[in-house]
Amino acid sequence: MKALLIGEYREGKLLDNIYELVAFAGKLGADVSMVLVGDAANVPKVNGNLHLADVGKYGEYNPSAHRDLVVEAVQKENPDYIVFPHSSYGWDLAPRVAAKLKVAQVSEVVGLNDGNLEVGSCNAKMRRTVKPAAGKVVVTLQAGAFSYQGEQQGTPTISPLEVTGSADVEFIGYEPAEAKDVDLTKAEIIVSAGRGIGKKDNIPVIAALAKAFGGELGASRPVVDAGWVEHSHQVGTTGQTVSPKLYVACGISGAIQHLAGMKKSDFIVAINKDKDAPIGEVADVLIVADVLQFAPALTAKLQG
Amino acid sequence: MKILVCIKQVPDMESRFKVNSSGDWYSDADLAFRINEYDEYAVEQAVQLREQQGDSCELTVLSIGPDRVQEAIKKALAMGCDRGVHIQDNDVHKKDPWQIASIIAAYAKGKGYDLIFTGMQSQDRGSAQVGVTVAELLGHACATTLVGFEYADGAVKAKRELEGGVKGVVRLKIPALVTCQLGLNIPRYPTLPNIMKAKKKEIEAVPVASLLGEQPLSVTASFYPPAKKGGGIVLEGDVADLSDKLISILKEKTAVLR
Ligand SMILES: Cc1cc2nc3c(=O)[nH]c(=O)nc-3n(C[C@@H](O)[C@H](O)[C@H](O)COP(=O)(O)OP(=O)(O)OC[C@H]3O[C@@H](n4cnc5c(N)ncnc54)[C@H](O)[C@@H]3O)c2cc1C
Ligand SMILES: Cc1cc2nc3c(=O)[nH]c(=O)nc-3n(C[C@H](O)[C@H](O)[C@H](O)COP(=O)(O)OP(=O)(O)OC[C@H]3O[C@@H](n4cnc5c(N)ncnc54)[C@H](O)[C@@H]3O)c2cc1C
Repeated sequence: MKALLIGEYREGKLLDNIYELVAFAGKLGADVSMVLVGDAANVPKVNGNLHLADVGKYGEYNPSAHRDLVVEAVQKENPDYIVFPHSSYGWDLAPRVAAKLKVAQVSEVVGLNDGNLEVGSCNAKMRRTVKPAAGKVVVTLQAGAFSYQGEQQGTPTISPLEVTGSADVEFIGYEPAEAKDVDLTKAEIIVSAGRGIGKKDNIPVIAALAKAFGGELGASRPVVDAGWVEHSHQVGTTGQTVSPKLYVACGISGAIQHLAGMKKSDFIVAINKDKDAPIGEVADVLIVADVLQFAPALTAKLQG
Repeated sequence: MKILVCIKQVPDMESRFKVNSSGDWYSDADLAFRINEYDEYAVEQAVQLREQQGDSCELTVLSIGPDRVQEAIKKALAMGCDRGVHIQDNDVHKKDPWQIASIIAAYAKGKGYDLIFTGMQSQDRGSAQVGVTVAELLGHACATTLVGFEYADGAVKAKRELEGGVKGVVRLKIPALVTCQLGLNIPRYPTLPNIMKAKKKEIEAVPVASLLGEQPLSVTASFYPPAKKGGGIVLEGDVADLSDKLISILKEKTAVLR
């Protein structure tokens, strides 16, 4: 069995997620080859063929060219699996490659179950195994689902990869993340508000609880998107990654992108009216209650 | 200008999901359905562009599914879409993202859409494939995960959200397709007069058989709840008691209250 792994290159650096793809290939027992639009000074420490296209020529984000480069490498390697990270790069590029090859794509794979690809469904409340049609399959892997251990120390066999054709999307540049006015990564206690608090007017209820604990106010993304609190309070893949001594999630369902930002906290308390909310999977204590009733009661006890 | 926005109807994610009798998806009974959250941002952006372009512009909203998806279409019409297309399919069952995309592309082909909006992913499936695949099938330029959108002079300037809050700024000439991320805008609530007006708007019904020419490339083998690993304590009951219980647990197991 053969797996072709697609590396991701951002702002001049190879991203580490390539090693998660290697771990997945290891689970499959597949031989590894790789594609990277990058440069020779900065390649994965992995044994196997590396088809290397020059990032200076093709750019870091140039979907039609990257698609054609991957397809070209697929033709050379004839792999069974074509593996991307499920990242802003991978979910953008993978369907283009799958469509061009007219093969199945299975997105955000979290595991292997009897040789079938396992994916999450319904905000991680359910799982699904997917059976692709015979032949090649494109997969994207959930970040962190396949972990690798230790220092990598292989050396790839590099061959240059080229295609012709023009770009249909023009890349203008990167815009840095907004400056933060609170540094949640330093907080020992974080009390976060989720959409379950209902409306902006209820933010003070959660802020009061945070204050009673002597902690900082955090938030899930919808609360930030709706403008209830500043982006600097957002926890998750597109916010901050925190690991306080205590994390209290108030009306937060526990989507994977939120969990990625807080699951390493020492102790997690979740308050949710839905007993089955996926946040329960990582919580040390799940309080099944209306947070708008429970939070003031707890605040009063903490103050009293 | 012609614009198309594609919406999927999904169950409320706070529902309890029961596996259906064939064991490959959830049972539809007892679920409340709504517009996929990501698609609400797509509709709002499309409506804003429609307003910017004025009456020479036509905005169509399309959804594939059983009769209940008309509710989703009606909401989008009340938000400001001009006309609806309901691709009737009682058997969305067993259609994979490839087929859904090929149905949308078959409908759109030759109709001259300058811009197509989709969500970046669905809430129940989350494949994040349909939009990009439609663009590939139609040969349109495409960018995903938009948190910023501007249109001028035949081109879209888009902000793509990358990890850690970094954004990638790109430019695409029309015809183009964009997939919309959470927070792209603040979707409007339909007003009562607009809900009344929407009742008069056309919803074209198209049988799926007339558009479907592709076999699935993947099937669901099984559907099940994840094994519970979390050994956490679950507490229910009166809020005052719960507070006392939580405080004693925190005193016992953490150092934060000492
Ligand atoms: C009641 C029901 C039963 C189902 N049963 C099965 C099953 O048994 N097996 C199975 O494999 N699949 C099943 N499906 C799901 C299947 O039809 C998927 O929805 C489809 O494959 C699209 O994948 P996705 O939702 O991951 O799309 P994504 O690629 O995540 O969606 C991205 C975007 O594409 C657009 N889009 C997606 N779907 C539609 C649509 N229907 N109409 C208009 N625009 C759309 C939206 O803009 C959306 O934001 C079922 C769906 C329903 C509603
Ligand atoms: C690429 C990408 C990046 C993302 N990045 C992030 C990120 O960095 N951070 C992030 O948080 N999300 C992120 N998301 C969004 C994520 O997928 C979820 O949509 C989001 O985390 C949901 O927020 P929530 O839990 O507050 O809301 P919901 O999922 O709507 O959950 C609300 C919860 O509140 C509960 N509830 C409702 N009422 C009450 C009540 N009265 N009392 C108690 N409980 C109640 C409900 O049962 C439910 O569980 C990202 C998504 C994508 C696609």
